[in-house]
Amino acid sequence: MTEDSLKLPAPGLSDLSRPFWQALDGGALSFQRCASCGHAWLPARSECPNCLGDAWSREPASGSATLVSWVVYRHAYHPAFAPRLPYTVAVVRLAEGPQMISNITGDVDAAALRIDQPLRLVVETEDGIAVPRFAPA
Amino acid sequence: MPSSSLSGKVVIAGIGHTAFGKLPGRSTVSLNVEAIRKALADAGVEKGQVDALFAKAPTSRFEMMYAQKLAEATALQPRIGGIWDHGGASNISMISYAAMAIEAGQCEIAVVALADNPATGSRQAYEKSYGDDDSATYGWFGTPAGYAMIAQRHLQQYGTPNDGLGAIAVACRRHGAANPQAQLRKPLTIEQYRESRMIVEPLRRDDCCLVSDGAAAVVLMSAEHARALNVARPVPILGFGQGQTSWDVALRPDLTTTAAKVSAQAAFRMAALTPADIDVAQIYDCFTIAALMTLEDYGFCAKGQGGHWVQGGRIELGGELPINTSGGLLSETGMPGLQLVLEGVRQMRGDSVNQVVGARRCIVSNQGGVMHTHSTLILGN
Repeated sequence: MTEDSLKLPAPGLSDLSRPFWQALDGGALSFQRCASCGHAWLPARSECPNCLGDAWSREPASGSATLVSWVVYRHAYHPAFAPRLPYTVAVVRLAEGPQMISNITGDVDAAALRIDQPLRLVVETEDGIAVPRFAPA
Repeated sequence: MPSSSLSGKVVIAGIGHTAFGKLPGRSTVSLNVEAIRKALADAGVEKGQVDALFAKAPTSRFEMMYAQKLAEATALQPRIGGIWDHGGASNISMISYAAMAIEAGQCEIAVVALADNPATGSRQAYEKSYGDDDSATYGWFGTPAGYAMIAQRHLQQYGTPNDGLGAIAVACRRHGAANPQAQLRKPLTIEQYRESRMIVEPLRRDDCCLVSDGAAAVVLMSAEHARALNVARPVPILGFGQGQTSWDVALRPDLTTTAAKVSAQAAFRMAALTPADIDVAQIYDCFTIAALMTLEDYGFCAKGQGGHWVQGGRIELGGELPINTSGGLLSETGMPGLQLVLEGVRQMRGDSVNQVVGARRCIVSNQGGVMHTHSTLILGN
């Protein structure tokens, strides 16, 4: 096993997604909002999935969110996650509306998590990647 | 035209399948050809009479123009058909498109086929990260996790007992144990289920389907044509429906209601039947939570009550609604779905190894992705 295979897998960067990850380097979680209909979304797309318009801007999220659901991995599907077991992956809903995959971080007992509980953004830098994670608010 | 005009007009005239499990050295084309050969023999139809070929994209590895490769390997020149990719929902989707094509006069005898070889062939599509390109950064890998995410929400939202998931595994494993064709013939007790290893909480190993090589095929034609050809044991298609959620799990507005609901409503409407008319069900059980939510969304019990409803033997042979009487994906074969239609046909013919005595109506569910797509079939006798 190479040292690289133990590093957190880097996000697949495209012209569309790069600003999302760059903003995180500065501690900000951002999403897109449609200039025509006001719909807000993640992940990055070139057109609004609601009205199909192509005029939009990026907005910083407040960092407030709620927990839609979560899972606890007991099996590693990638070598980088073997030493991280068990770890929690969650679906979170930002206060502004968009939903995203993330992790629950901090000293949290997964058995104590509850659906719809409030969360707050915690940007953690690991292997040079600023990752948007969430902790109970 | 009333939506029920097609009900009963098209039949499944023949069924065929390969062995299930590990079939090293066999390509999906080879597996498909074997299943088609057996389905044609079962129907008593000469290959030259087939004028439509529908094939599901093999889940294990995507290939361009796969249906044409299969048509070449069978020396068929289909008038209509092609490859479908709704994930596991494709099978019943293809059956419904074939039925509509037959009724519309676009073809006369259609073959619908599925093959997959993830056990000994390619697993290319099975263990990738999920959702967009960034999901690996969060450790969001594997199909079980998508279903676990839905299961967790269901468990808390409705107070669903874990034993409800267990009851589905126990029923399928009991039925599969009696099926000589099944890949896993090992019964499971609820106590063993509770001790089963966690894969992605809240799902255990015994909540997850098998990984299997194999193929299945069905032959379709009009009921009138089946009479003219003296097809021995035609099974009429009474209803079908589809639904597609399409949002990835992370983006889905509601994790616990699925496209199964609209799919079943369309099928019941077409057949002019209700859940109370159904005697036996083959419910797609790639993961126990999928079967549990399908039973709810089909209206067999109230939303959120599935975890209680399935317990106490209700879904086992001798119960109110036996499900997955050949073992389902959890016990017969993990192949994505067409085997459930084959077992529905056997129940309507009266020759299942776990025959539900006097069964006259069977509902079959197929679904794909992580509950992205759904299709429903109602068979009669």
